[in-house]
Amino acid sequence: MAQAAAVAKPPAPPRRRRASATPRRLPYLLIAPAALLMLGFIAYPVISVFYYSLQNYNPTKPWRNGYAGFDNFVHAFTEDPIFWDTLVFSAKWVVVEVGLQLLFGLALALIVNQTFVGRGLGRAMVFSPWAVSGVLTSAIWVLLYNSQTGITRYLADLGLGSYGTSWLSDTSTVFPAAIVADLWRGVPFFAILILADLQSVSKDLYEAAEVDGASRIKQFWHITLPHLKDAIILSTLLRAVWEFNNVDLLYTLTGGGPAGETTTLPLYIANTSVDAHNFGYASALTTVAFVILLFCSMVYLRLSKFGGGDK
Amino acid sequence: MSTKEATAVAPAPRRTVPEPQRPVKKRPAWDEAPRWQIYLPLSIYLVFTLIPFYWILLFALRPAGSTSLVPWPITFDHFEKVWTERAFATYFENSLLVGLATLVMTTLVALAGGYALARFNFKIKQAFMLALLCSQFVPGALLLVPLFEIFAELQMINSLGSVIIAETVFQLPLSMILISNFIKNVPYSLEEAAWVDGCNRFTAFRIVVLPLLRPGLIAVGSFAFVHSWNHFLFALMFLNNQSKQTIPVGLNTLMSADSVDLGALAAGGIIAAVPVVIVFAFIQKWLITGFSAGAVKG
Repeated sequence: MAQAAAVAKPPAPPRRRRASATPRRLPYLLIAPAALLMLGFIAYPVISVFYYSLQNYNPTKPWRNGYAGFDNFVHAFTEDPIFWDTLVFSAKWVVVEVGLQLLFGLALALIVNQTFVGRGLGRAMVFSPWAVSGVLTSAIWVLLYNSQTGITRYLADLGLGSYGTSWLSDTSTVFPAAIVADLWRGVPFFAILILADLQSVSKDLYEAAEVDGASRIKQFWHITLPHLKDAIILSTLLRAVWEFNNVDLLYTLTGGGPAGETTTLPLYIANTSVDAHNFGYASALTTVAFVILLFCSMVYLRLSKFGGGDK
Repeated sequence: MSTKEATAVAPAPRRTVPEPQRPVKKRPAWDEAPRWQIYLPLSIYLVFTLIPFYWILLFALRPAGSTSLVPWPITFDHFEKVWTERAFATYFENSLLVGLATLVMTTLVALAGGYALARFNFKIKQAFMLALLCSQFVPGALLLVPLFEIFAELQMINSLGSVIIAETVFQLPLSMILISNFIKNVPYSLEEAAWVDGCNRFTAFRIVVLPLLRPGLIAVGSFAFVHSWNHFLFALMFLNNQSKQTIPVGLNTLMSADSVDLGALAAGGIIAAVPVVIVFAFIQKWLITGFSAGAVKG
């Protein structure tokens, strides 16, 4: 990768550009479609969210629409206990989910990076939930968790637990139940990324370490982990943002329930705008979510050393 | 493999090693884990991975009301029911259309933009890169309302076009960054050599660069397909008409019914999984190489 880039010298001096007819305008033409799409369907909506956050805006109650100042924000922070609950739950969800995914993903990647009989098949099976959608994951786990013919019935047959238990509708079990369902799909993501990065660890380093008599655990701490550091930092951050934002699974698996127990902030926003049509308030909540994510983005950009040239 | 990474890690253990690499015995130390340390944890994890898959197969194939843990006698009633009565045939067609259109649009637009980012220095390049990275943190789910209004304005509510555009837009940033990294890995001198031989820029790109991008394009294209095939919220919001809805929305409808038809849900889930499984089996080889070539390191 690095050697190739060194040879490529992307910003090549213009002296040999005889074949390029319009080198000055060409890059702009090439990025134009992407730039236009993103301006129209990301930038503009973002700006309109900021605008609506300062408005009372509810299509079902048009008589109250108008400029609201910071009322929406004040309401969220001072008068809306649900907002705080969802914020706390979001944090809990993201930290537990990303932490466990990283832990299991790393372990799994190290295992399937070994050479052993049946490795190809093992990898394929271990990674397979990666491609399964949030909704399909929900469907599968609804089948597993359902109170009549789900897994609890067969556990009860074995004398574990009682018949008719539904983990998804009990406030004390819904969190671990949802966490496990999302882990099932999320662990392979980490495993794939980490495995990809493991491919670029120089074998020489291990051989050298072995000559020195370093144990396999030492090799892991001093060679593998430092090598993976960047990949781990980046993928955890990306994943954290993704877990925060993604509502597919919780929306379909628990619907944020029971009793609002599993409502993340984005899920609350979706409900506020879709069900309650309170677009102004939803926009204010969205702005708050943006600010939280912006903080993550800055950490992300700092860590990825963004803008440090093209290598 | 890459020199950069090797030097980055080197300071700690490497210094103490005699520099000239003498021919060491072939097996790298890392491969010497005792077998049980591989197979035991792997088997445990596989049980966790595979039970849910078995569960959905079981429910899809055994007759309604059965509690047997083996899908016998096998019945395909649930599939027939879901395919015709629950309109999964229509959903499947719509999802396929959305997935393929998103794949084509994302790949083409990202290829053009990625080439510009990889090969040119232009005034707004840094700003544009920054915008790409920042957009990763803009959640589509939080833009549902303004997006809905835009598509309403464009008369595109209830048209698959709205979903295709929305999916493409949110796939673009990452795809473009990936593709530009793939292109950077192709030496510029190859292209220059083709120009000297009389190719114009486009022909040189098509003949020299494009074939080398194959693994990367396959990875990016299949991500776009799988992601839009799987994605749920845009379709839920922008498509109200049942004849326009996609598979994830159909699954959600099955799940949110008052009394869930578990057999139909399982069969619908398997129908939803089939294309993804095919794509997955097809790209698995390229996935690891594609990622290690271009992804995370950015």
